[in-house]
Amino acid sequence: MSQYDLVIVGGGPAGLAAAVSAKDNGIEKILIIERDNELGGILNQCIHNGFGLHTFKEELTGPEYAGRFIEQVKERNIEYKLNTMVMDISADKVVTAMNRVDGMFQIEAKAIILAMGCRERSRGALNIPGYRPAGIYSAGTAQRLVNIEGYMPGHKVVILGSGDIGLIMARRMTLEGAEVQVVAELMPYSGGLKRNIVQCLDDFDIPLKLSHTVIDIEGKERVTGITIAEVGPDRKPIPGTEEHYDCDTLLLSCGLLPENELSKTAGVTLSNITSGPIVNDALETNIEGVFACGNVLHVHDLVDFVSEEASNAGKNAAKYIKEGKSKNSKNVQIHAVDGVRYTVPCTIRPDEMDDKVTIRFRVGQVFTDCSVATYFGDELINKRAKKIMAPGEMEQVILLKSKLAEYPDLKDITIKIEEA
Amino acid sequence: MEERHLTCIGCPMGCQLTVTMENGKVTNVTGNTCKRGDIYARKEVTNPTRIVTSSVRVKGGKIAMVSCKTKEDIPKGKIFDICNALESVEVDAPVEIGDILLRNVCDTGVDIVATKAVGCK
Ligand SMILES: Cc1cc2nc3c(=O)[nH]c(=O)nc-3n(C[C@H](O)[C@H](O)[C@H](O)COP(=O)(O)OP(=O)(O)OC[C@H]3O[C@@H](n4cnc5c(N)ncnc54)[C@H](O)[C@@H]3O)c2cc1C
Ligand code: SF4
Repeated sequence: MSQYDLVIVGGGPAGLAAAVSAKDNGIEKILIIERDNELGGILNQCIHNGFGLHTFKEELTGPEYAGRFIEQVKERNIEYKLNTMVMDISADKVVTAMNRVDGMFQIEAKAIILAMGCRERSRGALNIPGYRPAGIYSAGTAQRLVNIEGYMPGHKVVILGSGDIGLIMARRMTLEGAEVQVVAELMPYSGGLKRNIVQCLDDFDIPLKLSHTVIDIEGKERVTGITIAEVGPDRKPIPGTEEHYDCDTLLLSCGLLPENELSKTAGVTLSNITSGPIVNDALETNIEGVFACGNVLHVHDLVDFVSEEASNAGKNAAKYIKEGKSKNSKNVQIHAVDGVRYTVPCTIRPDEMDDKVTIRFRVGQVFTDCSVATYFGDELINKRAKKIMAPGEMEQVILLKSKLAEYPDLKDITIKIEEA
Repeated sequence: MEERHLTCIGCPMGCQLTVTMENGKVTNVTGNTCKRGDIYARKEVTNPTRIVTSSVRVKGGKIAMVSCKTKEDIPKGKIFDICNALESVEVDAPVEIGDILLRNVCDTGVDIVATKAVGCK
């Protein structure tokens, strides 16, 4: 069995940034394993611009952003294997992988970083009635077809879900000559960025119908039409509000789910809110030496934050490889309540944390003129006013080691939304 | 007097802006919470521009398409012309990031550049 200090599963932006940072922190034997035929992950198909404003202070397209990290990986001579699928990870950190050249092989790793990204919620998870004709695609699949394979999936399109990929695809298909008739969103707000609503829908006069869903799909061989209806506060269709559209294609853009089958079989504990691993401030899972970052941990909308998080995971993995198991230090729980859906990380180690730890979270609904409050035990430590917060945008709170040191008996931290 | 309604894209607030215009000149902007909204509105109604991203075919490449963009902003009204112009473009592999794939697209003075490296088959 071959041996590596660090094995990284997934060669998307998370895996790449983690590898670069581990190398820069003194780790030599690193292997990135990627199942696709190139590095870069989902960014390869995101050909639109808007990436990297935070990291590089300029607006890049997805492939350009990935290209910068791929270059850094190559400059450092970090090893990677393409067209290779990781099949299994064991609790004692043996990675089993497979490809056409080597067949099935095993690697013993001192540390592992999970960077498998996420996949789209499928139609099965959405429960739309009707037949199962051709012409129904997830927005991400359509994106791959148009941008990488140069194939147009259809000409008259309805999109269900206003997540960013759906919005981006509304514009992309319009520019390629398709007629995008409507974007229907179940929720009373869009999950997509404002900028995308303006530049992908408003620019082309594509209507966005909030609180609407698809109630019927027509066509046996191929989609021929779609019926949408308005939904009430219970998210059930309201009779009499049905509208029919002739179309040959339905795109689904209904959210992403972290891809954690491997983590589960390895014995990693997952959060039932994010579907990603539960991690501490080092981004380490319940299995010692197994770290997670990027969309496999929780779904990110900005790749800049993925890179930042991943670089942290790489640094912490390097520390673990060099220094071994961390002292049995105390853990402080972070609770997400009153509008805060979850936090990453979920626990923090006051003795071993970095000087500054970023706690990222999402809110469960749209809040206006509210504030984010941080409590140590029952004591209010910080309150920050926000004009607006929406589920589509990730929020953050920064915790300082020096501040935690003032509370040696601290057991719980609570983050919640309060009135301003 | 003419009124235009816009959504500011400066931040997640997404302020609803109303721009009042007279003879093609902006006389007033309302609805913005900060200065950025005002700047955005004035540019958007007088000279709206965009970066266009697309992909074109590659001959002999590892993959069928290479992604590309306008190197600078182009007038919003030219978006469709540019996409039509790109439909017939085919380039030879290999392509590097930043390679010019089409010069002065639709007389905008702006080049189309590759945003991805595509090696030979
Ligand atoms: C369609 C789409 C549009 C987006 N648009 C924007 C945008 O406009 N601006 C922005 O900043 N961000 C955007 N994002 C977000 C950003 O691109 C992602 O957050 C980021 O790519 C996540 O990086 P990752 O490395 O965690 O995951 P990924 O990029 O998904 O990479 C994961 C990699 O792991 C590999 N993998 C998975 N399982 C295995 C296995 N078992 N064995 C081997 N390899 C495996 C996959 O093949 C993949 O290459 C978008 C995301 C999506 C999905
Ligand atoms: S006007 Fe200012 S506050 Fe309002 S959306 Fe634009 S940038 Fe944000």
